[in-house]
Amino acid sequence: MILDAKVPAGDLADKWKNHKFNVKLVNPANKRKYEVIVVGTGLAGASAAASLAELGYNVKAFCFQDSPRRAHSIAAQGGINAAKNYQNDGDSVFRLFYDTIKGGDYRSREANVYRLAEVSVNIIDQCVAQGVPFAREYGGLLANRSFGGAQVSRTFYARGQTGQQLLLGAYSALSRQINTGKVEMHSRKEMLDLVVVDGQARGIIVRDLVTGEISSHSAHAVILATGGYGNVFYLSTNAMGSNVTAAWRAHKKGAFFANPCYTQIHPTCIPVSGTHQSKLTLMSESLRNDGRVWVPKKEGDTRKPKDIPENERDYYLERKYPSFGNLVPRDVASRNAKYACDEGRGVGSTKLAVYLDFADAIKRDGKDTIAAKYGNLFDMYQQITGENPYETPMRIFPAVHYTMGGLWVDYNLMTSVPGLYALGEANFSDHGANRLGASALMQGLADGYFVVPYTIGDYLARMPYDKIGTDHPAFKEAEHQVKEKISQLLSINGSKTVDQFHRELGLIMWDNCGMSRNAEGLKEAKTKIKSLRDDFWQNVKVLGEAGQMNQSIEKAGRVADFLELGELMIDDALDRNESCGGHFREEYQTEEGEAKRNDEQYSYVAAWEYKGKDQAESLHKEQLEFQNVKLTQRSYK
Amino acid sequence: MEEKRNYTLKIWRQKDANDKGGFVTYPLNDISTDMSFLEMIDVLNEKLIADGQEPVHFDHDCREGICGMCSMVINGKPHGPKDAITTCQLHMRSFDHGVTITVEPWRAKAFPVIRDLVVDRTSFDRIIQAGGYVSVNTGGVPDANEIPIPKKIADDAFDAATCIGCGACVAACKNASAMLFVSAKISQLAMLPQGKVERASRAEDMIAQMDEEGFGACTNTGACSAVCPKEISLEHIARMNREYFTAKFTAKKS
Repeated sequence: MILDAKVPAGDLADKWKNHKFNVKLVNPANKRKYEVIVVGTGLAGASAAASLAELGYNVKAFCFQDSPRRAHSIAAQGGINAAKNYQNDGDSVFRLFYDTIKGGDYRSREANVYRLAEVSVNIIDQCVAQGVPFAREYGGLLANRSFGGAQVSRTFYARGQTGQQLLLGAYSALSRQINTGKVEMHSRKEMLDLVVVDGQARGIIVRDLVTGEISSHSAHAVILATGGYGNVFYLSTNAMGSNVTAAWRAHKKGAFFANPCYTQIHPTCIPVSGTHQSKLTLMSESLRNDGRVWVPKKEGDTRKPKDIPENERDYYLERKYPSFGNLVPRDVASRNAKYACDEGRGVGSTKLAVYLDFADAIKRDGKDTIAAKYGNLFDMYQQITGENPYETPMRIFPAVHYTMGGLWVDYNLMTSVPGLYALGEANFSDHGANRLGASALMQGLADGYFVVPYTIGDYLARMPYDKIGTDHPAFKEAEHQVKEKISQLLSINGSKTVDQFHRELGLIMWDNCGMSRNAEGLKEAKTKIKSLRDDFWQNVKVLGEAGQMNQSIEKAGRVADFLELGELMIDDALDRNESCGGHFREEYQTEEGEAKRNDEQYSYVAAWEYKGKDQAESLHKEQLEFQNVKLTQRSYK
Repeated sequence: MEEKRNYTLKIWRQKDANDKGGFVTYPLNDISTDMSFLEMIDVLNEKLIADGQEPVHFDHDCREGICGMCSMVINGKPHGPKDAITTCQLHMRSFDHGVTITVEPWRAKAFPVIRDLVVDRTSFDRIIQAGGYVSVNTGGVPDANEIPIPKKIADDAFDAATCIGCGACVAACKNASAMLFVSAKISQLAMLPQGKVERASRAEDMIAQMDEEGFGACTNTGACSAVCPKEISLEHIARMNREYFTAKFTAKKS
């Protein structure tokens, strides 16, 4: 099978405009004859559900949380990029496109990224119209700041809570459509399977997390906006409930999974404090605008930071990357923190941390100015660590934050299963091998507000109005399998809890498929994951009943899927014999220790096809063609 | 520095909405002061499962104080003893060695218990659905900088918009009133030019829904604001009252 990305012909700048004209339209009176399922209510899901309902489609939206407003988009702190050029500093759609392609280490699709940059400006307009309270200047116009990896100020923000404000905007639009009856909202319901009939996505199976009831839902198309899979590492900045289950079950029903090994490790997180750790907290990377990263020059230096004189400190980012300094992209900053700790120069009790020091910024701008910029982050740090960052440097360490990989989609955001779409972090499309700061919110909302409402019409226009009934054998069979799996989990009654398995899996992944990887470690990890998975199905202990709220069943199902995904991530990392962005293979680095790409052999999207239980997945390659940018070695020196 | 401490936990256990429920006491030892409160509950749950008992069910997700999902009344106070944080941001260093800690769900008619510490807060969603938005469709909106907004007003609107919808305000109120939650949204949108167009119908519709859900009346004791993890101010209740009366006396519902 040849993967067809369906990228429209023509000049880069005209592709989206032409495509919007060329796609089939569904006439307004006929839109009400179609039903679309949207799974997930984060930025991508809520914006898509609302926009499709406004157009006249009937939408059924699902989320596993108690309310659509809880989706993990809410936790994004820093901001959202848009090529508005309000600051008159030379920004443009092309520059945002270029930065995103380059930041992604030339492993994303040009046409998708250009479209993202193009619609970025509409997103800001839309959010402001909804009443999203972005930061403003005294003249009443919108404020901007620069953000990790960009040399222009194009980031719009709402204090350190940009994700919250954008999500509440999308949630309000969704709520309005629920009120009109165009969206039927199902919260506390988790998708457990995709139903495919005659090769087309026709519905989903969900479990009601309150009653345990399994039910079928039929539609003309299904949209997955179910987020990323960072929790395969157990510890990550993701919410506790974030999971891969919907995407993974869709993968097993035919949707290709692309670039699973591309994981973003965020450099500024609060370090792990002990084995009880359940999640990691991100500190916005905007902190790197004023904070200076350093470690002691000497190995094993146990002095307090204030006792280490200036000339015995190594401000390693400023030393190695004089032009970007502390603002190098996330992958570079993370990897260098790891190197410092590997050299024995880590700080704090675990020695797995580096300092982020605000002393100079406080001396320069005053404590009040720093407090106005970062007060909430400083408070949060103090709350978690018990230390006061105004007086002593913060300790930070990288943590898993975002997954660039996801379900393979074409230019229309349709997966390899006709009628199944993937939006936001759940797809692989726009960030290549590394995502730049303030781009996740942009992509989620671009996909939901401005892309899928156009592209899905092209598919629906070719569909008959009749829905397939949920009494169809395909639904019954899928329901049956979901129920079987749950009874199986409950019947094992072994000796290890779900969390124990999850923690073990996370460690294997972090040690071997985290910030840096090598073939030997990856092969070893593959064996370990296989045996851990076998152990899980013989030895897991899940208590309680299926027909009630049972959080152990929820977790067990998710961890079972992570145990399968982990292996695919390893396979993908092994296949990619190069380093690019967040995928750093130790065997492939420049003399200076930077990621060394192999454009000749690896300029492709790796799309994996599920072949059945315990079968090796088969790899399909989508060649990436670059006609508008010149591939260069990424340099932030 | 990290210490290990011992506690006695009294936790509300309730099998489902129909069960009467009651407190169960659990001793728990060797808890690190660096643990978050929810990590302490995780440790308890791991022990319970190992002993063949079902874990304590509780709502939680982001564990960084922004999703609004965690919801425990700890020693009689929603989100526990410290100000301006959620349950998930509370750490065990805030509890002395050897103390007894009582943990209950939010209690309100409009928030029925689902299981143990998990309650149903969809009533909040229905209030927002009644009018907590600006009625604009996707596309066709003006350029963002065509709507200048004085910084002071934008900042005040932001303060209201930080509400995370956790429901602590309701749990703290002796009348289980939702006025602080509802006023935060009404106030945010009433202050902004984008929201002014529908201010009258919004206030009427959201308040009507609030009453229908069974939330109580406001008697201005301020317990809501005192426990609010985002420190939403009582001013918003005052502004909501003004919006509501203005709507009732002057505006004609369109």
